[in-house]
Amino acid sequence: MGKVAIIGVGQSAFSRAYPGSIRELAFEAFREAMVDAGAETGDIGATVVCSAPEYDKQRSPAGVLAEYLGLTPQPTFYAETLCSSSSTGLKLAYSLVASGLHDSVMVIGFQKMSEISSAESQERMGRGADIQWESPFGTMMPAYYAMYAQGYMDSYGITSEDLALIRVKAATYGQINEKAVYRKGVELQQCLDADPVANPLKVFDCCANADGASCVIVASEAKAKAMGIAKPVWILGLGAASAPVNLAGRDLFNGLRVAQMAAAEAYQMAGISAQDVDVAEVHDCFTIAEMMAYENLGFAEPGGGKELIRSKETYKEGSIPVNVDGGLLSKGHPIGATGGSQIRTIVLQLRGEAGEMQVKDPQIGLVHNIGGVGLYGNVSILGR
Amino acid sequence: MGDKKKKKREMDTRFAKFGTVSFTATTKVNDFVDFLEKGQVAGTRCKTCGTHYFPPRAHCCQCLDRAEMEWFTVEGTGRLMTYSQLMYAPIGFTDDLPYAIAVLDYGDYKVFGRIGDVPLEELEIGMELKAQANRLPNGQLNYVFNRP
Repeated sequence: MGKVAIIGVGQSAFSRAYPGSIRELAFEAFREAMVDAGAETGDIGATVVCSAPEYDKQRSPAGVLAEYLGLTPQPTFYAETLCSSSSTGLKLAYSLVASGLHDSVMVIGFQKMSEISSAESQERMGRGADIQWESPFGTMMPAYYAMYAQGYMDSYGITSEDLALIRVKAATYGQINEKAVYRKGVELQQCLDADPVANPLKVFDCCANADGASCVIVASEAKAKAMGIAKPVWILGLGAASAPVNLAGRDLFNGLRVAQMAAAEAYQMAGISAQDVDVAEVHDCFTIAEMMAYENLGFAEPGGGKELIRSKETYKEGSIPVNVDGGLLSKGHPIGATGGSQIRTIVLQLRGEAGEMQVKDPQIGLVHNIGGVGLYGNVSILGR
Repeated sequence: MGDKKKKKREMDTRFAKFGTVSFTATTKVNDFVDFLEKGQVAGTRCKTCGTHYFPPRAHCCQCLDRAEMEWFTVEGTGRLMTYSQLMYAPIGFTDDLPYAIAVLDYGDYKVFGRIGDVPLEELEIGMELKAQANRLPNGQLNYVFNRP
């Protein structure tokens, strides 16, 4: 199989309420990626449209977006794995290009969550869990992750303060990411004094809903060369896994098996180990999720995640910078757009184009993107 | 075939009684609700391979057409693996706040559900709790975890 490159990336600003329709929202990310790649619509062989259903009134958005973006009559279809939809989209795009079916495929992730109320949105998110056996007890995303936080705290003796340190880090970089929703700094004490949402998680441990879109253009080596792409970023490794949706089917409450499995698969495909990663984007929908990611990705031993954050090793200047774009905690989490936004950050880092957020000369970057509560795990490894 | 006068089949919607708010009315494991009515929490077991399923399943994905499913009741206690107390609730559950959800490990299977009348400050991972059938004020049925 030939090499597959990412040749263009784009992202809309993430916002609490986008003042336009989903096609217009998608266009903002699309335009940036197309300009970035120097591409014309004829260069795109197919589109994979990614979102989590039920937030928008439009059924089957793929066709609607493809038309607005000038990507008809090329084939288009929809991919969904909740919060990791656009990482799944990347895997599909890679497969379509590596197989030779298309020489270039666009992945568009989007979500416009503001069309429904926050309570309705929580109810829909809760239905991303097991509606037959869990939802009748009154479940919500924060409560599920809080169960992991409780299990993690019990196993490894961390405190709310360790989790708050992750939010403080996120806010450090959210302030310098002009596409983030939350641009303010956050003090440790502010996190600790905040109201609980689902114990032990408090308000600042949770990311916010957002509207946003992301776009990633994938191409074969030959196509990238033909288009004169100056700095292709190569897809080196892809890993993905699934877990039982009902927590009664899980064997671990201090880490996510899907992340461990996806990471092992991606490292093997790329022929690297965790120590080779220079910069990472992890799925910090909640602070506990980033803490578990440190360990599930092998950046720290089980229980060692707290040392990474306490010693600031995951800051921009540290040994393994993580979420130096502010992460989901600062950027906001427009579900279907999130994976593409993470991929964009790593692509910009590897090209040396991340501006104020740039880490020093990274060769290999990693994206960890989780769907649901550890239901779908995706790890993508990119290199220069 | 093609008989327009054929009577519409009655749907078995017993499962709509499960939970404060039910999201699923029809399933092939409706008997679960009958067990709750009798004060029992039940799962299914495949006699062919011996696997215990909780929540109960109508099918065994290992044994396919060789599967023979039977009901078993959840007995004794399970170890509290983790829990969380909710301070916000989804639509339809706000009257219950605050409440906690949890997972118990029974060895051959685990059970996801809600904490009953155990005070939250007494909850400790590793403690033994017992799943018990429960009738809700609105007439619905569920099960909760209590001290044995």
